[in-house]
Amino acid sequence: MIKTFGKTLLAAALASTVAGLAQADDKVLHVYNWSDYIAPDTLENFQKETGIKVVYDVYDSNEVLEAKLLAGKSGYDVVVPSNSFLAKQIKAGVYQPLDKAKLPNWKNLNPDLLKTLEVSDPGNQYAFPYMWGTIGIGYNPEKVKAALGADAPVDSWDLVFKPENIEKLKSCGVAFLDSPTEIIPAGLHYLGFKPDSDKTDELNKAEALFLKIRPSVTYFHSSKYIGDLANGNICVAIGYSGDIYQAKSRAEEAKNGVTVKYNIPKEGAGSFFDMVAIPKDAENVESAHAYLNYLLKPEVMASITNVVQFPNGNAAATSLVDEAIRNDPGVYPSDAVMKKLYTFPDLPAKVQRAMTRSWTKIKSGK
Amino acid sequence: MKLSRLKRRLPNGRHGVIAVPFVWLFLFFVLPFAIVLKISFTEADVAIPPYTEIYTWADNQLSIVLNLGNYLMLTEDPLYLAAYLGSLKMAFFSTLICLLIGYPMAYAIARADKELQTVLLLLIMMPTWTAILIRVYAWMGILSNNGLLNGVLQGLGLIDAPLQILNTDIAVYIGVVYSYLPFMILPLFANLVKHDLSLLEAASDLGSSHINNFWKITVPLSKNGIIAGCMLVFIPVVGEFVIPELLGGPETLMIGKVLWQEFFNNRDWPVASALAVVMLAILIVPIILFNRNQAKELEGKV
Repeated sequence: MIKTFGKTLLAAALASTVAGLAQADDKVLHVYNWSDYIAPDTLENFQKETGIKVVYDVYDSNEVLEAKLLAGKSGYDVVVPSNSFLAKQIKAGVYQPLDKAKLPNWKNLNPDLLKTLEVSDPGNQYAFPYMWGTIGIGYNPEKVKAALGADAPVDSWDLVFKPENIEKLKSCGVAFLDSPTEIIPAGLHYLGFKPDSDKTDELNKAEALFLKIRPSVTYFHSSKYIGDLANGNICVAIGYSGDIYQAKSRAEEAKNGVTVKYNIPKEGAGSFFDMVAIPKDAENVESAHAYLNYLLKPEVMASITNVVQFPNGNAAATSLVDEAIRNDPGVYPSDAVMKKLYTFPDLPAKVQRAMTRSWTKIKSGK
Repeated sequence: MKLSRLKRRLPNGRHGVIAVPFVWLFLFFVLPFAIVLKISFTEADVAIPPYTEIYTWADNQLSIVLNLGNYLMLTEDPLYLAAYLGSLKMAFFSTLICLLIGYPMAYAIARADKELQTVLLLLIMMPTWTAILIRVYAWMGILSNNGLLNGVLQGLGLIDAPLQILNTDIAVYIGVVYSYLPFMILPLFANLVKHDLSLLEAASDLGSSHINNFWKITVPLSKNGIIAGCMLVFIPVVGEFVIPELLGGPETLMIGKVLWQEFFNNRDWPVASALAVVMLAILIVPIILFNRNQAKELEGKV
């Protein structure tokens, strides 16, 4: 299509002009982060402090980030993959080891968390945790009550995995993350299997579970539910904790009478860790380290958590986080709940393919 | 004598002009396709880029390994056939609807006053000045359960509960037809505006009705416009990804989505490439038919 091509050319021309201008003062940094994952003043303050101009770009799935990284020469200096993708990417040689001499604020990180994360990055050589979160139930209490009654199991996977429950929620709308490797494990876990099971019969049982509830699911998408939950277009979303808290904030700001709540299911839930890393072919390595060290400051991390409402991996930052957020068990889970959380492992290609295939069958019936 | 013969052999300005489209085709079609074709014969790997090389050079021996597994895989799983069929079905019906809506519009514009024509054509093209993504997002706002359409219908008392349109195939058809309608109207208009109206007058003088005139004279004469419009709609819709992704439901199965999954979810570039190669093969048939038709038309003119 000529129309699109013309636009692409125009965009490319503009982009190269901007890049040319930016390169003139030599202090630029290309950051690629998740959408809605930063405070409004984070970049501004960084620029004030260091004089480095940040070109900021966002994505809404690990797959998109990974495709860019694996194609080589992504053009980004700082990226934020989840830990389940990190291991394979390290193996593919995507990242460069961090120069910890340039990261004096590294000491602020939570040492227990770092230890857990060595599963995907032995020795914490390539990345540190930015934010983490859980995948649980976001819901609209009034609408769920209207559909299921006052004793609706809003704190349990029963809400969406029991056909008799989700059938009643169909009329007000149910959304799931469109992410086979994060949602199928929830089904496996609910059925009492290991979330990273590679056994075909267990995967088949999980598939059957999803196929049963499938007719009642409105859509599968990884970011649309934020707005829909805030507008009251849907009443239940299985999504990222912080995203659901953002839906809550948006609804409060809009004063549209919609309330949104988040629960970590009592049976346990998946948790993900988004890690800050520098690609091997980054052009502004020096600036990238400056940005990483800036992110490791407790006050910077705390201000991001206050906005995005995901807990961070910075132990020194916790006390600086708004009390309401710090004490919310949906954001900072209690120790008892923490024990029930599981992480998403790095899956072998075969299991990954099986899950994607299952997912297509669940979604399209084919 | 000899010099002039040599001169004829050497490239001149005319050759240069002819070469431009060939260079263009080579750079933007043949070369990318060759790369995709190459990747489709490799195996997925954990590396940058995430596939193996098809040739290796060792001990003065060049060995080329072609992995046909990717193509075999496409035949093993009925998903891929279903996705191709889903895309073709979507493209076929969208093209048909575009034709049914676009033809009367193009006809009306072609028969309007010259001054009005410019305005009408501008109105047809104006929406395309806004990015497609924004226009598709606007449709999400119109079609959603709390959206404009359901609001109006409920306000008028025509329906009690909101109609579920967004996230269904119907929404995809609406989005596709809306987005591609200008590509149907413009070639049809270009054709219809050239018709010699005296033919219609002659037919009327001989007692033919208006309806008869339309079917026996206007439609056959506009055949090439119809074909051009249908090609311009059909071919891009087969590979459409954005519109079904934003407006469609989970059961909307099209090849663009499956390609996306192979590429992103399975990080299997070779299978994704194989899918693309097969899709191109499917599309090449209508393109060849189209070209033949064009060639015939040109011959007819000469």
